[in-house]
Amino acid sequence: MKPIVEEITQQDIKEDRDHFKVGDEVRVHVRVREGDKERIQIFKGIVIARKGRGVEETFTVRRIASGVGVERVFPVHSPLIAKVDVDRDSVTMRARMYYIRDRIGKGATKVKERRLVERANK
Amino acid sequence: MNFALLGKKIGMSQVFDDENNVIPVTIVEAGPCTVTQIKTLDKEGYTAVQIGYNPSCKKAPKSKPLVGHCKKNGVDPQAVLSEFRTPENDEYETGHLLTVDKFEAGEKVDVVATTKGKGFQGVVKRWNFAGGPASHGSMFHRRGGSYGLCQWPGHVFKNKKMPGHMGSRSRTVQNLKVIKVLPEKHVILVKGSIPGHNGSLLTVRPAIKRKSGKGVS
Repeated sequence: MKPIVEEITQQDIKEDRDHFKVGDEVRVHVRVREGDKERIQIFKGIVIARKGRGVEETFTVRRIASGVGVERVFPVHSPLIAKVDVDRDSVTMRARMYYIRDRIGKGATKVKERRLVERANK
Repeated sequence: MNFALLGKKIGMSQVFDDENNVIPVTIVEAGPCTVTQIKTLDKEGYTAVQIGYNPSCKKAPKSKPLVGHCKKNGVDPQAVLSEFRTPENDEYETGHLLTVDKFEAGEKVDVVATTKGKGFQGVVKRWNFAGGPASHGSMFHRRGGSYGLCQWPGHVFKNKKMPGHMGSRSRTVQNLKVIKVLPEKHVILVKGSIPGHNGSLLTVRPAIKRKSGKGVS
């Protein structure tokens, strides 16, 4: 990316958005506007992809909602995202977990969890 | 007021607006442009303002006639020259700098740029012809069909859409909204895309079809 593009978009970039990665189970706190009231809506699921870089970076969260797979793509640095909580750390063998779309049942939500020992060593 | 700025396309990115929507923007370096010559009704037969532009990081050798022309008007040699017509040019003076200050966020602009060259292309890509079926023995795939009639008129009509060179033409995109002006970097952000490669030369001017006044959105 050109230095000047980086410079211009710098102000929109949020520093606290690199604590989650592909495979993590997250709760995304989304600001929702209803009339002139604002409330927080939580979207919970597994991060199956992180794409792009700089201010254009997005991440995809997949969850199973009443038996139907739902995916939402968020811009990582969107002001509409209040925060992203990581519920479960995991180890993945892929950069994009698209294979999870073909899974049915329990396997569809299960990812290999990172061991507690490993987390302690971190 | 009528004016134009020379500049170059830097690239695309995105910004968030007040309602937190993602806005796709093109980053355009515009100016600073030096006024190199004032053309008057008495001398040249029409009124116009000639401006010069030195793109950042471009150090092309300048031709002797160009250097001489700039010297005669008392300005530094410019890499690119261009002019815009204006009914009254009293407010301009040679040596004056035109910068992006003249633009305001929310204003509409036109961008004139050269499209990407596509080379020699067939009618399907160049003119959006439908082409024929791929299989079932059609033997008619991406051809242009009939080019005309028979003994009358005895020739192919002018402007018949045929294969040929595509792209590399000057194209104007009208009514692009200025999202942000960064005067210290000589940069404006306009909403949407503009023709051409990154780094290519372009002209930015206030939108011709704007309604009266500045900042009409």
